[in-house]
Amino acid sequence: MDQIGYSKKVMEHFMNPRNVGTIEDPDGHGKVGNPVCGDLMEMFIKIKKEVITDIKFQTFGCGSAIATSSMVTELAKGMHVDEAMKLTRSDVASELDGLPPQKMHCSNLAADALHEAVKDYKSKKKTTGKGSKRPRKDSRQSKR
Amino acid sequence: MIWHSMLGQQCGFRDGDMERIYLDYGSSKPIDPRVLELVRRYLEHNYGNPSSLHSVGLEAKRALEEARAKIAELINGENERTIIFTGSATEANNLAIKGAALRNIGKGKEVAASTIEHISVLNSMKELQKNGFILNLIPVDSTGIVGLEKLDKALTKNTTVTSIMYANNEIGTIEPIREISKIVHDKGLYLHVDATAAAGYIPIDVQADGIDLLTLSSNDLYGPHGAGALYVKPGVKLQPVLLGGGQERGFRSGTENLFAIAGMGQAARIAKDEMSQEADRLKGVRDKLIKEILTIEGSYLTGHRTHRLPNHASFRFNHIEGESILLNMDMHNIQVSTGSACSSKTLEPSHVLLAIGLKHEEAHGSMVLTLGRSNKMEEIPTIVKAVEETVERLRKLSPLSK
Repeated sequence: MDQIGYSKKVMEHFMNPRNVGTIEDPDGHGKVGNPVCGDLMEMFIKIKKEVITDIKFQTFGCGSAIATSSMVTELAKGMHVDEAMKLTRSDVASELDGLPPQKMHCSNLAADALHEAVKDYKSKKKTTGKGSKRPRKDSRQSKR
Repeated sequence: MIWHSMLGQQCGFRDGDMERIYLDYGSSKPIDPRVLELVRRYLEHNYGNPSSLHSVGLEAKRALEEARAKIAELINGENERTIIFTGSATEANNLAIKGAALRNIGKGKEVAASTIEHISVLNSMKELQKNGFILNLIPVDSTGIVGLEKLDKALTKNTTVTSIMYANNEIGTIEPIREISKIVHDKGLYLHVDATAAAGYIPIDVQADGIDLLTLSSNDLYGPHGAGALYVKPGVKLQPVLLGGGQERGFRSGTENLFAIAGMGQAARIAKDEMSQEADRLKGVRDKLIKEILTIEGSYLTGHRTHRLPNHASFRFNHIEGESILLNMDMHNIQVSTGSACSSKTLEPSHVLLAIGLKHEEAHGSMVLTLGRSNKMEEIPTIVKAVEETVERLRKLSPLSK
């Protein structure tokens, strides 16, 4: 039978979304969707040694758009960037105990926003050499 | 109720049961207890088929005709024979439009409707269009009022059916039906009016208004689901859509859904008796609600401010999305409606909100409140507080409100 309405887990993430907000000076930033279509998601990530140490999101959209964004940030926190690129929409949906069929695209968008943020991080690293060298240049790091 | 209190607690809301505030009477209404009493009697005892000639059948037939008369009275129909029962307002709209257009095909192959009609009207019209009819869609202004000059220009002597709703269910705007009727009858043949949202809230007089075909719904009058009616002015030529045993003078075959029809009749009687008092009461609640909600920054009324159903308050909010509004309000145990794309099966925002000129991103942020018998002035502070909390929380989540 098709799922009717949202799971308790979706509603719980919708009412208490994790990691809401923005990050000043993020290592990666991803933006997907379009307000015209009714969904817009932004992800901000901080990376240390290729691991996502902090992640924040902002979402304009329906209940599942907000819940999937929240779930993605929860899944991605502490994840290696290469692992994060492998997160799929079905991972996100199944972690939320499923989504109604017409809402599956929302989970796609949330994973896409994360992937865009990681890609942004990787392209910045390439052009600036930031990332691998950064820990050594970090003053707080050298004091320890 | 269990769902609300459990999740409410989980999600950090006040504990205990929150009183339900139902603000979605436009979607569905509870059956009036007086109607229910009658309906129960019919379900239990009056199982006859009105087409049977024996005494049990005749009793059913009598009930059917009584209901017909009560509905004719509500809209000042010429006599009870003007009322044809259907299974729903959607079916009545299909019968009116397809039935009249096909029966009068010799007089022309053009039909017209406003851009904000109910989907059952628009889809009936589009089916005719697929079959060679010309469809003229009449635009509305930013408040939802049909452009009379545009209507006048669009109609020709070949226009057999023009369909304009009495009042719109999504934005509450009441159309100038009498003026529209004059234009339609100057040029074309029949005016069909979908009065589903309007009946029971504003007085309808099919004779004074100049209406040829009019759609009514049982549940929208606090009757049971499963019955609708089409008023057909004497002399209007119609052909059936459903064929069979020739019930309803051949216009709608199928054994009549007697308990629902009897309930609809009773609901129409109650609506006729109590409408003006209830409408005045609801207008007061509506106006206060509109005034208070519009104090929220970035909130706008949709539809006309004064030419508006007494029970209707509809809004849009900048930077947030309607389905989220609906879900968040439901967590306060307040039920509302939205024209947002995400809440629809088509994933398109409401055609009504686009027709009044809203951009897609604006149409996504709509909230529709339709009041009814349970709503009271005393609920307003709770409603307004819930709307404020909802808008504030969702804006904090939204990247658009930066």
